[in-house]
Amino acid sequence: MNIRQRQVGDVTVLDVTGKITIGVGDVAIRDAVQVALGGGARDILLNLQGVTTIDSAGVGELVSAYTSVAHRGGKLKLVGLPPKVNDILQITQLITVFEVYDDEASAVASFK
Amino acid sequence: MPVAEPEAYLAVASRFENIELVQAVVEDLLRRLELGEDDRHWIGLAVREAVANAIKHGNGSDPSKQVEVEVRVDDGAVEVAVRDEGQGFDPATVADPLAPENLLRPGGRGIFYMRSLMDNVEYRFGAGGGTEVVLRKRIKAASAPRGEEETRT
Repeated sequence: MNIRQRQVGDVTVLDVTGKITIGVGDVAIRDAVQVALGGGARDILLNLQGVTTIDSAGVGELVSAYTSVAHRGGKLKLVGLPPKVNDILQITQLITVFEVYDDEASAVASFK
Repeated sequence: MPVAEPEAYLAVASRFENIELVQAVVEDLLRRLELGEDDRHWIGLAVREAVANAIKHGNGSDPSKQVEVEVRVDDGAVEVAVRDEGQGFDPATVADPLAPENLLRPGGRGIFYMRSLMDNVEYRFGAGGGTEVVLRKRIKAASAPRGEEETRT
């Protein structure tokens, strides 16, 4: 599990790779979002293209990140869902909660 | 229910990093059953959830308590039993994670994951404590695991 933060205009992009699973990956997502918010980020785009596995704890962290960003008046959106991550968001019906984009340019533009 | 001899038996300390160990063993066994990558992934994920619940809720993340995992293969199905040393619970009291009021809750999706990914999920509670969850999934390859030459990818 690895998370890299970069800035595209006003949007903070977090590139997540590996497993978002209990005990490691879920905590890493929480920390990365908190660090970004602490650094003044308002709108966050999670790029999940490199995610191989997401368990229920990982999904829970995505939800927590979504609500903590929203509470600060920003938005958290998702881009690049691998098929298995997409399947999980469908099964859990969280696909109805998150705004999901296929490509980064459209996702970044959508924040404006 | 089948009573095939276990293909694999593991006992691990209640640490989250041991979930990786269990998943690796289960997925390797499924590979020898010639299951496709998707089936291996979803069964492996369901087993992860069962072990995570056993560690966290059953054993309270106490590493001195063990989680036992047994994998059985019988006619056209794989069955994985996960046991903890906890006090048990009533699965009927677990909230529906798809209910609109629960959709944004961070937790409470573990059992739902298992039920969604497997054909059957059954809880058994021992008289002297301990919870066993048995996950069952029909598979296309109805044979016992092949030889080790099949394990390479």
